[in-house]
Amino acid sequence: MSLLHLAVLSPLLLALLIPFLHKHFRNIHTGWFLLPLPAVLFGYFLQFISVTRHGDTVMESLPWISSLGIDFSLKIDGLGLLFALLITGIGALVVLYSIYYLSPEKEKLNTFYIYLLLFMGAMLGVVLSDNLIVLYSFWELTSFSSFLLIGYWNHKERSRYGAQKSMLITVFGGLSMLGGILLLYIITGTFSISETIAMSNEVVNHPLFTATLILFLLGAFTKSAQFPFHIWLPDAMEAPTPVSAYLHSATMVKAGIYLVARMTPVFAHSGTWVWLVAGIGVITLFWGSFSAVKQTDLKAILAFSTVSQLGMIMSLLGIGAAALHYGTIKDGYYIVAVTAAVFHLINHATFKGSLFMVTGIIDHETGTRDIRKLGGLMNFMPITFTLAIIGTFSMAGVPPFNGFLSKEMFFTGMLRVAEMDIFSLETWGILFPVIAWSASVFTFLYSMIYVFKTFTGKYQPEKLEKKPHEAPIGMLVSPVILASLVIIFGIFPNVLSHNIISPAMGSILPSLLADGESFDVHISHWHGFSPELFMTLGVIVLGLLLFKTLSKWTGIYRIFPERLSLNHLYDGGLEMIEVASRNITKTYMNGFIRTYLVYIFSFLIFILATTMIYKDAFKLDFSNVAPIRFFEVVLVLIMAVSAITILFAKSRLTSIILLGAVGYTVALFFVIFRAPDLALTQLVIETVSVALFLLAFYHLPQIRRNEERIRFKLTNALISIGVGAIVTLIALSSHSNKMFDSISQYYVENTYKKAGGENMVNVILVDFRGFDTMFEITVLGIAALGIFAMIKLRMTRGKEQE
Amino acid sequence: MEILMAILIGILFMTATYLMLSKSLLRIIIGTGLLSHGAHLLLLTMGSLKRGAAPLLGEHAEAYVDPLPQALILTAIVISFGVTAFFLVLAYRAYQELGTDNMDRLRGKEGHE
Repeated sequence: MSLLHLAVLSPLLLALLIPFLHKHFRNIHTGWFLLPLPAVLFGYFLQFISVTRHGDTVMESLPWISSLGIDFSLKIDGLGLLFALLITGIGALVVLYSIYYLSPEKEKLNTFYIYLLLFMGAMLGVVLSDNLIVLYSFWELTSFSSFLLIGYWNHKERSRYGAQKSMLITVFGGLSMLGGILLLYIITGTFSISETIAMSNEVVNHPLFTATLILFLLGAFTKSAQFPFHIWLPDAMEAPTPVSAYLHSATMVKAGIYLVARMTPVFAHSGTWVWLVAGIGVITLFWGSFSAVKQTDLKAILAFSTVSQLGMIMSLLGIGAAALHYGTIKDGYYIVAVTAAVFHLINHATFKGSLFMVTGIIDHETGTRDIRKLGGLMNFMPITFTLAIIGTFSMAGVPPFNGFLSKEMFFTGMLRVAEMDIFSLETWGILFPVIAWSASVFTFLYSMIYVFKTFTGKYQPEKLEKKPHEAPIGMLVSPVILASLVIIFGIFPNVLSHNIISPAMGSILPSLLADGESFDVHISHWHGFSPELFMTLGVIVLGLLLFKTLSKWTGIYRIFPERLSLNHLYDGGLEMIEVASRNITKTYMNGFIRTYLVYIFSFLIFILATTMIYKDAFKLDFSNVAPIRFFEVVLVLIMAVSAITILFAKSRLTSIILLGAVGYTVALFFVIFRAPDLALTQLVIETVSVALFLLAFYHLPQIRRNEERIRFKLTNALISIGVGAIVTLIALSSHSNKMFDSISQYYVENTYKKAGGENMVNVILVDFRGFDTMFEITVLGIAALGIFAMIKLRMTRGKEQE
Repeated sequence: MEILMAILIGILFMTATYLMLSKSLLRIIIGTGLLSHGAHLLLLTMGSLKRGAAPLLGEHAEAYVDPLPQALILTAIVISFGVTAFFLVLAYRAYQELGTDNMDRLRGKEGHE
């Protein structure tokens, strides 16, 4: 257990203490107890920069299930560290923000912070695990904790719907990924990510390669809300805003990005990977930004914007993977896409985090997030307005904010796709810059809608629940810090390039580096009058034009019918599954106990018979049998005849007497077979049983057998004969196949020595197998309690009738 | 003897199954009773029959019959008695409250799934 393990597990450990802290320090907001943890962890992870900037890694391993190759091994490299810093850094800011956002009087703070800590620990586990199974476990934990957080306001129907949707989609992806992990294990024989990367050549040439790749991508795409799985993200906005800011902008949705980046060295040598990641990414980019424009809820705009931005990072990673094919190029001509991806990942976390917090402030101070009701808030909330301007302009790609820099690099990366000559990119590659550019126009457009529809225009006080005013200072601290980072990274981007971006790229494209080398990243603002600059100018001009004429062309959103939307498909599919499974269940679960008994008995016959045939177990051996005496035959006959006569007995009394006859004959058999204790017990029990039967006899109705149809009887007879035959066969075979000596000799030898008793059966019961007897008494006790309760029970329905 | 017992056990299981598949609750209970008799004899038979004295050390015999199945059966007899008693009271009370012992009519209402 190293310090690193402790750091990863510390959120989970703190979660254990939260209920206690919440209960005993009622007057302190629970969030304050949380805040130090991510802050300290952030500091702790920062010191690793000095390690990773030289391309080194830290590896700590803790044996877990070593026999299966599953060890709790953690690895810090450039990529993992970048994510760990995001998780803890944004985590600290979000916790601070939530302290002012969630009121301790109204909300169940203890559960909220437990879920949040679970999530934080799970995320750290995902990004730092070097073992795929461990990674998967943490991955699913993020799905579960996200489910709990989205459904936090569980009194709201929409929250529950959103939580279920995200759960179903991400867990589906998670299971696919598990399949991928197992296939990968079949190929490589290891769960270690580092070892898998070292074997990437074998992986690519394996026949299972494509299946593995697709399963992994399903995991990544569902988590990162890529088209067509993006539908869960907008519904996840039902979560409290701090959650949205944390999970759905900065961390959880980026787990998919992380997975793609992490697995790039393994899969990137194939065209399928490049095309799928880049293609799906660019489609998501466009569809997200296009859909964001029509939203009226501020959080919905941000949700679709997040979908779109994730698509952008994804497509950049896909294109960056193609750079691996030009292994010798050191000038970073194609690698720029990966630089852009990593850089934008950081930028997106900063500006989107701050925008979510701004949305939370607007919601908190006005009571609505609907842009049709908002407007003219500029004068009431100047600081929030400034923050919103910084966030949206960065998102739109306007200088001097950091979004501009990564957007420029994004254009560069996209333009260079068209110059590639592999995987038929020379013909289709041109689509990438075209789609990317048009998506950017919509990105610009919704950014403008977000900020100007809210803060400028007409102030409509009659539509707002509260009189708007500036947020309390505590709520502003976190977004102000994020917005300052937006500006700092925008003006001095190179504080990041050597410390964070270059090591992260080293983890994504390790094969391009020789030992001791690192990527030389330098981000600059001015590239001369390049095509990228004109593309940005075009985006701004066209975007402003579309913004001005917004009301004239939004009709195109109504062309696409609601019936064909993915959400409709999801809802319909879910309902269909429910109905279908209910119908299928109904066909065999019909409520008749007889039907179930028929299933059980048929299955018994089937499974025993096939096993006997398959194992060739049937054997008949007459040599080793006990002698038969005349009166024994008589007893057998009595028993068989009584048992069979019960079937035809017309009256209850006859059946009960016959059952008694069978029981007493069993007792006689026990005498013959030298089991005196059994005989005594059987006699006593049989007497009591018959008495009980006779007692119930007065109260139960006459047996009516004429109700039963012939076919019914025939099935019963068939099954009964089957059961009887199979049991006889088993009894014969078990007698004839003696494969090993009985273990009973131990008891014969030790009964007196160890337990001091002479009656072996008694000693076994009360001594050797004493616990069995104790539980037997317990069972009898439970039965007695049940009987007592049933006799006392009087149904209310009966009382009303009286 | 074992062969004969095997056939007898088969008959017990057969009748028990048939009774358990019928609609009357009383017959089902009788069926479970027969089933446990069959199971006890099956256990005993599997441990071989009459291969020595009763498992009492006081007999000072050369060989004893297998004591282990006997211990198992002793437990089983008691348990099956508990089950039978429980069943009987259940049937009696169900009949008293609901006025029937026909399993088809004891299904519960539609929608109570």
